[in-house]
Amino acid sequence: MATAVLESGERETYLNKEYGIKSWLLTVDHKRIALLYLVSITFFFFIGGFFALLIRLELLTPAGDLVQADTYNKLFTMHGQVMVFFFLIPAVPAVLGNFLIPIMIGAKDLAFPRVNLLSWYLYIIGGALMLYTILNGGVDTGWTFYTPLSTEFLNTHVVTAGLAIFVAGFSSILTGLNFVVTTHRMRAPGMTWSRLPLFVWAHYATSIIQLLGTPVLAITLLLVVCERLFHLGIFNPALGGDPLLFQHLFWFYSHPAVYIMILPGMGIVSEIVCCFSRKRIFGYTAMALALLGIAVVGFLVWAHHMFVAGISLYAAMIFSLLSYFVAVPSAIKVFNWTSTMYKGSITYQTPMLYAFGFIGLFTMGGLTGLFLASLGIDVHVTDTYFVVAHFHYIMVGGMVMAYLGGMHFWWPKISGRMYPEGWGRLAALLVFVGFNLTFFPQFILGYMGMPRRYWDYSHSPEFQILNVLSTAGATVLAVGYVLPMIYFLWSMRYGKPAPDNPWNAAGLEWMVPSPPPTFNFEEQPVVTWEAYNYDEIKEEVPVAQ
Amino acid sequence: MANNVDALYIFLLVVSGMMTVAIFTLVLVFAVRYRKRPGQRAEQIDGSHALEITWSLIPFCIFMVFFAWGAIIFFQERKPPQNSAEVYTVAKQWMWKFEHMEGQREINELHVPIGRDVKMIMTSQDVIHSFFVPAFRIKQDVLPGRYTVAWFHATKAGTYHLFCAEYCGTMHSGMVGSVVVMEPKDYEAWMGGGGNQPLAVTGEKLFTELGCVTCHRSDTQGRGPNLVSIFGKPVLLEDGRTVVADENYIRESILQPGAKIVNGFKPIMPTFQGQISDEQLNALVAYVKSLSQAPSGQTGGRKMATATP
Amino acid sequence: MHNSPIATADQEAHQNPALLHHFATEEQQKDAASLGMWVFLATEIMFFGGMFCAYLVYRYWYFGDFGAGSQSLNVVLGGTNTAVLICSSLTVALAVRAAQLGQQKVIIICLILTMLLGLVFLGIKGVEYHDKFVEHHVPGPGFHFPGHVPGHPDIPINQHHAQIFFSLYFIMTGLHALHMIIGVGLFAFITYNAMRRRYGPDYYTPVEVAGLYWHFVDIIWIYLFPLLYLIDRSK
Repeated sequence: MATAVLESGERETYLNKEYGIKSWLLTVDHKRIALLYLVSITFFFFIGGFFALLIRLELLTPAGDLVQADTYNKLFTMHGQVMVFFFLIPAVPAVLGNFLIPIMIGAKDLAFPRVNLLSWYLYIIGGALMLYTILNGGVDTGWTFYTPLSTEFLNTHVVTAGLAIFVAGFSSILTGLNFVVTTHRMRAPGMTWSRLPLFVWAHYATSIIQLLGTPVLAITLLLVVCERLFHLGIFNPALGGDPLLFQHLFWFYSHPAVYIMILPGMGIVSEIVCCFSRKRIFGYTAMALALLGIAVVGFLVWAHHMFVAGISLYAAMIFSLLSYFVAVPSAIKVFNWTSTMYKGSITYQTPMLYAFGFIGLFTMGGLTGLFLASLGIDVHVTDTYFVVAHFHYIMVGGMVMAYLGGMHFWWPKISGRMYPEGWGRLAALLVFVGFNLTFFPQFILGYMGMPRRYWDYSHSPEFQILNVLSTAGATVLAVGYVLPMIYFLWSMRYGKPAPDNPWNAAGLEWMVPSPPPTFNFEEQPVVTWEAYNYDEIKEEVPVAQ
Repeated sequence: MANNVDALYIFLLVVSGMMTVAIFTLVLVFAVRYRKRPGQRAEQIDGSHALEITWSLIPFCIFMVFFAWGAIIFFQERKPPQNSAEVYTVAKQWMWKFEHMEGQREINELHVPIGRDVKMIMTSQDVIHSFFVPAFRIKQDVLPGRYTVAWFHATKAGTYHLFCAEYCGTMHSGMVGSVVVMEPKDYEAWMGGGGNQPLAVTGEKLFTELGCVTCHRSDTQGRGPNLVSIFGKPVLLEDGRTVVADENYIRESILQPGAKIVNGFKPIMPTFQGQISDEQLNALVAYVKSLSQAPSGQTGGRKMATATP
Repeated sequence: MHNSPIATADQEAHQNPALLHHFATEEQQKDAASLGMWVFLATEIMFFGGMFCAYLVYRYWYFGDFGAGSQSLNVVLGGTNTAVLICSSLTVALAVRAAQLGQQKVIIICLILTMLLGLVFLGIKGVEYHDKFVEHHVPGPGFHFPGHVPGHPDIPINQHHAQIFFSLYFIMTGLHALHMIIGVGLFAFITYNAMRRRYGPDYYTPVEVAGLYWHFVDIIWIYLFPLLYLIDRSK
């Protein structure tokens, strides 16, 4: 069949097939929906990032002198809620996963294209509620909504914030549902489970967590909303309720949610490391099983957020032990990525730089997780900046690095244009340096005893030097994040047109044109090769510099 | 305690530092050594089960050491020694209120002597707070509606930070105080300051004023259980369960008498929920506990003050 | 599992108008739809699971007060509703079978019966809610639940604990009722399509998938009924 050609003589792609607003807002094409998500999550990323900068500026000096205490509390609350629920959780799955999974498995679309669009609309409704909350004065519960503070003691917009996350949660559930069914039912002939790219495995594991975890958060937030409106007493000790029950239910989702945020990143890094080492992944089976293992065991460790919350001694010990179990598959992954590079033929394009960054920062984030899983140390460092640093190493150092790496890796496929490589490398470096400067000092601050969520630390001026370093790092980090947005936009118009396979990478997504046509494949592909068959890929079309 | 925690912390730092350095070195060495060279292709390796099992099992064993060591420390942190001096603590937005067994009351400042085990018996009047003294490496959330317990043993005189570590509203960062550790001499002097009434005595007065004493008599004739020597002992309930009479049990029995009925007694006690303050409740609990410690009828507070020099 | 034969899409795309463009075969489309519903039901279990968990904790803590709350519910109406729902599951199953056999009239009759039974359930539930409202058993400022703990004439009911029972009662049955309403809406849509003769032996996936959902809603009730109505009926 011949390639469809537009009147202008251009090849027809998913981007230029139609132009009207309606053709975007009512699209059921997974690739267009991915771009809708890309625009929306970028918007929320910069809102959340703005809050983060204000937090860092406030902490520049010990006294609470930039904003009021209440304002500061709103800033860190909304920073957390926006970043977790409106950026990190949808980021990789809804943008890159949405775009790539059908292509990677040789399908024309996700199993339920209309459900996919519905999930974007749910995200937008949730996002609109969140914006409403922010513009109407915000919310200051902490992103964790701990009761009875959130239900009885605050008079900010807890209800709308809760509903915003409730609605966005269903968006996340529907995305997960689509991925699971698509992976099971839509694979091309010959695309067996053992030939799936690890990116798909990672999203499959992520989807399981989204499906089984998110509803529990939904019901918990619904109970909080009801409690706040009608004063039922379910989580209020003054009325016979149990605040610890809330924490159990909340963390039952919110711990696995960490893996919703990191597993897709691991998928991306596997793709990038293989491509730029020109090698098959080291230990494919172990890597796939480790992803599933993390997803499953990740459901059994939630109470390690509650070691000092008043749970029993023996419960704490069991959850500490299980937390170490989840560390083993994570360790396997780091070792296997490293081994994949062994005897490779490595080049250092921007995506690979981000992958290096990911491996390093994820290692540090993971190892400091071992500190927190150790009961004796957790008692001291929990609820301090040590925890703040730890989870930023995983979520920002890990996930955001992987997300940016993935964006650079697949940008030629998505946009049909190359980004400027030199600027890309510079931004990767800035992000890495800025990140470490921001968050490494916070480990030390935490062990020194600086509690998190403190607006004013004038009683402990000894914390200031490290806070100044951290704020300085945050400004570097901000530049590192703004740069890619600028040159990605620039490249859409001025970038060099991208070849179909600029990296000589393996995988079905590189066999379709850049950007792909609406239905991805003109003929049903039949897969006869294993994943990462870099030995069979012909060298060497000059790689874009 | 702080020393133990620090030792484990340093151990973890060294081990994970070594792991980090190893991984960073490998990544860098591979990145340079196997960088792309003209005419050279990558050598395909599928993996190695032997290697994978090795680098699963070795970290796992190391992790188990982390776990066990951390758990042992935690176990000690959660088991206050017998005969600790007790400090009843009430947290509220945004202050700490302390009451010593001897009756001294303090706000946002806690005086303790060197060398004594101090047990904090804590509750909150409103939201969840957290008692955090970084220098002692202890932290414990303070919940409304129940007691939680923490303990420490100060070894060096000085003034240490006390923080609230659980976000508790507007002035969370203002809910700070200090723990003043004093030489025993100085502490005695500080203690001797005012004619305070020991907490258990306050409790005993309340016990009479509220009429508790009419049923809870110190013989077997009362309509309520005899409370002498019950603290810390198992109690057989009417439904066949057995519970240990700890602080939370006494607290609950005062506030919700119907919740756990002692075997052989009728559920006739009225509730005191909403009728007594947290401070009064603490005094009653202290009194009931003193009944298990001072056979001569003398209240327990004084005795403990002189224990463990 | 997979490896279903996939021919090129163009050959088959014109055979059945219900086959969407991105599926290769009808079988693949049907498999995807029913797997999708099963996965969705798994999330629903977790959704209700959170509430069941809260219920179990408080039932254990406030044993007597929950017993008293349970006794105040109308077991006759609750029991009737259980029977109504089980019947509606039967009619749904019959509708699916009729669709498989292509009996157009029977599909419509069974679906209408199902919706009617669903509405009867909701009506009875409404009566129960009304009674609770009149009795001041609705949590909130007007909540009042006098009496004593079953088996203990001398222990008065703790109002706070009873309020938790009724909170859970209203939230759990309320969410269940919401699922019923959504189910009735689904069936209305499917009945409309059935009237346009959209379903038959070749294509009955929507009927089957909506049926799965309806059975699930029934099963939730099968758990709710004993937990809320029957826990303390021995005396």
